[in-house]
Amino acid sequence: MSTYQELKTQADTHWQELTQGEKPWIRVGTELNGQAAGAVEVVNALRSEFAARNIEATVDEVGTLGMSYAEALVDVLKPGKSRLLFQRVTPEDVPTIIDEYIVNDRVPKNLAFAYLGDEPIDGVPDLNSIPQYSMQRRIAMRNAGHIAPSDILQYIANDGYAALNKALYEMKANDVIDEMKTSNLRGRGGAGFPAGLKWSFMVNSPGPVKYIACNGEEGDPGAFNDKAILESDPHTLLEGIILAGYATGATNGYVFVRHGHDGPIDRVEQAIKDAYANNLLGKNILGSDFSFDVEVALTGDSYVAGEETGLMEAIEGKRSMPRFKPPFPAAAGLWMKPTTINNVKTFSYAPQIILNGGEWFSKIGVNKSSGTAIACLTGNVTYPGIYEVEMGATMGEVINEIGGGAPNGKAMKFLQTGGPLGGVIGLDALDLHIDFDEMQGAGAMFGSGGIIIGDEDASVVDLIRLLVAFCQYESCGKCFPCRLGMTQLLDLMERVAGFEARPGDLDACERVGMTMKLGSLCAHGQLGFNPINSALKHFREEFETHVNEKRDPTGRTSTKFYSPKASRPYAEDFKGVQPLELVK
Amino acid sequence: MTVAKEDLRERVRQAITNQKRPTVTVLSSLLATQDELGYIPDEAIHEVAALNEESINEVWGVASFYKNFRFTPPGEHTVEICWGPSCHLVGATAIIEKTLGHLGLEAEGETTGNKLTLRYNTCLGACAQAPVISIDHHLRGRMTPERAVALIDNIDTNGTH
Repeated sequence: MSTYQELKTQADTHWQELTQGEKPWIRVGTELNGQAAGAVEVVNALRSEFAARNIEATVDEVGTLGMSYAEALVDVLKPGKSRLLFQRVTPEDVPTIIDEYIVNDRVPKNLAFAYLGDEPIDGVPDLNSIPQYSMQRRIAMRNAGHIAPSDILQYIANDGYAALNKALYEMKANDVIDEMKTSNLRGRGGAGFPAGLKWSFMVNSPGPVKYIACNGEEGDPGAFNDKAILESDPHTLLEGIILAGYATGATNGYVFVRHGHDGPIDRVEQAIKDAYANNLLGKNILGSDFSFDVEVALTGDSYVAGEETGLMEAIEGKRSMPRFKPPFPAAAGLWMKPTTINNVKTFSYAPQIILNGGEWFSKIGVNKSSGTAIACLTGNVTYPGIYEVEMGATMGEVINEIGGGAPNGKAMKFLQTGGPLGGVIGLDALDLHIDFDEMQGAGAMFGSGGIIIGDEDASVVDLIRLLVAFCQYESCGKCFPCRLGMTQLLDLMERVAGFEARPGDLDACERVGMTMKLGSLCAHGQLGFNPINSALKHFREEFETHVNEKRDPTGRTSTKFYSPKASRPYAEDFKGVQPLELVK
Repeated sequence: MTVAKEDLRERVRQAITNQKRPTVTVLSSLLATQDELGYIPDEAIHEVAALNEESINEVWGVASFYKNFRFTPPGEHTVEICWGPSCHLVGATAIIEKTLGHLGLEAEGETTGNKLTLRYNTCLGACAQAPVISIDHHLRGRMTPERAVALIDNIDTNGTH
């Protein structure tokens, strides 16, 4: 049975070969954003060009450094040099990189992005002088873009599973919970509930079977940090889940992901397989008394499956309709057994907290918001990407200094945060600090970390119609105020945005919205009016111009609106189906 | 029962009994079926119900709840255009419009001869490269209407992409 020390020794040797060996080591970020930028084709080109030239090189697919705007990023480590990153690489650029830089040591200036390491590379900026990198404080994503998720030894060489080893051999389960409580880590799924406290709820729940569920559903359009962790560093997440299992006395864990996101699913399943192969999962982990199993559970397309009780229904294979609470999951969750649910990001902080101590983590961040926040900047922004910053940074710092504001010299107009239910906020939010309590107090949601920026040309009404259409499409239908209310709100918004509003339509929105808020079980219905409400608060004039003057002040004239329709079985599909037929 | 139907049933049986993840549920079985066939035929509802010892109603309930399930065979290729707010703000509508016109469609659906399925996706997860489309599950970012239709034409001619 392999012990941690043996693994670590093996991993260190492997890491030394990679970083100080004879062969160049090339890392290419191929997570979803890299893939969309053509990184997979670049990897294929690199492999075939190296083969054609008989050059020995290690080419690894890694995760994201956060700077999606520069992808496809090719990161070349030559023996004895700093890492040199090439930006916006296409397969056609690959021969240049190999012939110029790898063979002849000449730096193709048009492709070079930055170097990372102690030795400067002439004419190329230091990556640490680029705000999109230097302003990050990476904890949960510390390995993202640096190590290959398919190579468990790379993770172990970078302190991976050291926290688990420490917990299993030097700490009692309760010590782990105490450390988590001291860290003041708050859940990153949106609600900000203290993670240590949540874990402690399940300790005294009766066993023998108890579950850890990791919520990686991440249905919020504009948020992709969970998927980025799943793809960039799945072992950090797994280690966090195993630590939670140890701390709470759980026996099984589930990583819950939406089907169809093949990159995140494949990488986390590979990581699970590698962890089993190295005795980091399964029976008697690392030779200890603790046994724990983890598997991936997939959901179909359903936004409400991201709600914690909807998630449990989906893992059980049912429609992901939220349950009534109580009972709370810590008492009766998955299959009515005790269950602790956290978001991907929350678990991913745990290994570093256990390794460095809760106090270390509690000192990072601001006020009662410890640690870091992972912001996904998209929309009308110069440097879209995924940036992990210390809590307490202002929204303005993140959006202007890292994101570079709106592109093409345009002015920014609004922010859409907290997922579709978060609605839109005005630019006064730029002064807000990323702090759970400050943001909540100001009526803004940081939520899952998606920050979508709209510039001066963007129509708020047009975007709100889209958000309402999303919420209508995704209503699970359990509570009629939500099911019917969202449909009414969409009708009203289609009229407003289509320049056909009647007087009183905006008031009608408010009445429907209030009913939904009072009469719905989960946040979907309770906050379903929020997109409209938030926009009315900040951009009421724009709505009134639509209603009163039948025009959009941004100059949008098209009334065409496309939206997805749920595929429902057609009547003929039901032919021959006998209702209530029971299988013997 | 026709040979084709029995063959379909056998493929469903294979798909749902050979699931690689330990926890087998109605939903996991339906996902496995759709991975294998691209849609959920009536036979699959019965097979999934039998395997999971659930009622036909429950299985239909789950299948019709999740929006990815479809009940007729999809086109030979699937193009998804991201419809989410990040993509919307940087030009997704123009891509949808151009693609619909190019394919002769009015909305999501299949082109003549079931060559191609077009869907709007609520979020493809690569928002930093918006606007994004996917062709047979491969993501393409920083899209323009012209590039989108060129890529689609390329599937038609090569059968690959």
